Amino acid sequence: MADRRVVVIGSGPAGLTAALYTARANLRPLLIEGLEAGGQLMLTTMVENWPGFEDGIMGPDLMTVMRKQAERFGTTVIQDHVSKVDLQKRPFRLTLGDGKTITTDALIIATGASARWLEIDTDRKLSGHGVSTCATCDGYFFRGRPIAVVGGGDSAMEEAIYLTRFATKVTVVHRRDSLRASKIMQDKAYANPKIHFIWDSEVAEVKDVSKGEVTGIVVRNLKTGKLTELPLDGVFIAIGHTPNTKLFEGQIELDPAGYIVTRDGTHTNVPGVFAAGDVQDHIYRQAITAAGSGCMAAIDAEHYLDDIPEDLDQTAAQGDAVQATAEPAS
Amino acid sequence: MASEKVKTFTDSNFDDETRQGVVLVDLWAEWCGPCRRLAPTVDALAQEFDGRATVAKLDVDENPNVPGRYAVRGIPTLLLFKDGQLVEQLVGLKAKEEIADAIQRQL
Repeated sequence: MADRRVVVIGSGPAGLTAALYTARANLRPLLIEGLEAGGQLMLTTMVENWPGFEDGIMGPDLMTVMRKQAERFGTTVIQDHVSKVDLQKRPFRLTLGDGKTITTDALIIATGASARWLEIDTDRKLSGHGVSTCATCDGYFFRGRPIAVVGGGDSAMEEAIYLTRFATKVTVVHRRDSLRASKIMQDKAYANPKIHFIWDSEVAEVKDVSKGEVTGIVVRNLKTGKLTELPLDGVFIAIGHTPNTKLFEGQIELDPAGYIVTRDGTHTNVPGVFAAGDVQDHIYRQAITAAGSGCMAAIDAEHYLDDIPEDLDQTAAQGDAVQATAEPAS
Repeated sequence: MASEKVKTFTDSNFDDETRQGVVLVDLWAEWCGPCRRLAPTVDALAQEFDGRATVAKLDVDENPNVPGRYAVRGIPTLLLFKDGQLVEQLVGLKAKEEIADAIQRQL
């Protein structure tokens, strides 16, 4: 018999909504938070497009209450991450960071997406020393300093606007000649006197790795190829996200960009495994769509489990031990 | 909420407190979401290494000198010291095992 009927991996809006719904369906879900617990909303400030909060709500506060709501109906939350999954056998087997294993009849993957870095190695080398993917975490360190924001979408504009609280000047470096951001965010950014734009350009290098801190960036104009050096103290990268699917490579169908492929709602190509939120969505990527697909995954999992009797000792047939036992992490 | 095993460092007691032994310092701030998520991990490490290594927190809002000295421009950042020498600097959210391994290497 499996340890659990259903396990949810991930604790953003998708994961917590999946947990809420499966908990209310008496499936006693286990939710494994993951390293970036609470998901991307933990890195935001005011969320103004979550329906029901007419004056907005702080991202971290929203995640705190969402989690409490899931727990109220019987979700067990584990503060750990999954280091390995085995989806070839049933029940599915997950290995946690501390080495424990858990088996489950159904699995909901809501591992989300993480901020993407530039495709140059100088940005990662200076992470924590002036290069950041989290304005709300690190903006404070740039009080009275000039900085750059890389990207042209909503997140980039939100970061740029937020950072004007601290920085003397915020230079937005964008690959195109117009913003991808929504009209309302564009208007806010254009109206801010501290925000300046460098169009048709990418960051070729972040300086200065040998000094161990950011002293400037080298910007390449994509039309002319011209390189320009810009002295500044910080670089905030907001060029999108990469789905967190490394764990599932080779076991679940992924698209060329690494997103989990879902069909008929939230079904993956492995029966009993469902995916919700940004890990399977590169189009909408909103808190509310993530939560919506989390609900769908819960309902899909519920239907799937209707046909899998709870007390069936599936593993006896496979001759495989399934009790949660400590084993060394690989 | 922090475990009593976790000490609180400030700009003024920092040098004294890190001078001897293996010391892990968590640089954090109230407004930093990821820092809040790392807090239970730091608590757990304080328990795990009780008596073998010191685990402490330093609020960067109230103590700007220490983050300045180590060119810290992002939090959470974990600074690991051995007998007053900085031996490792871990930026961002890290798994408990990874931090524990870093401490273990210095023991």
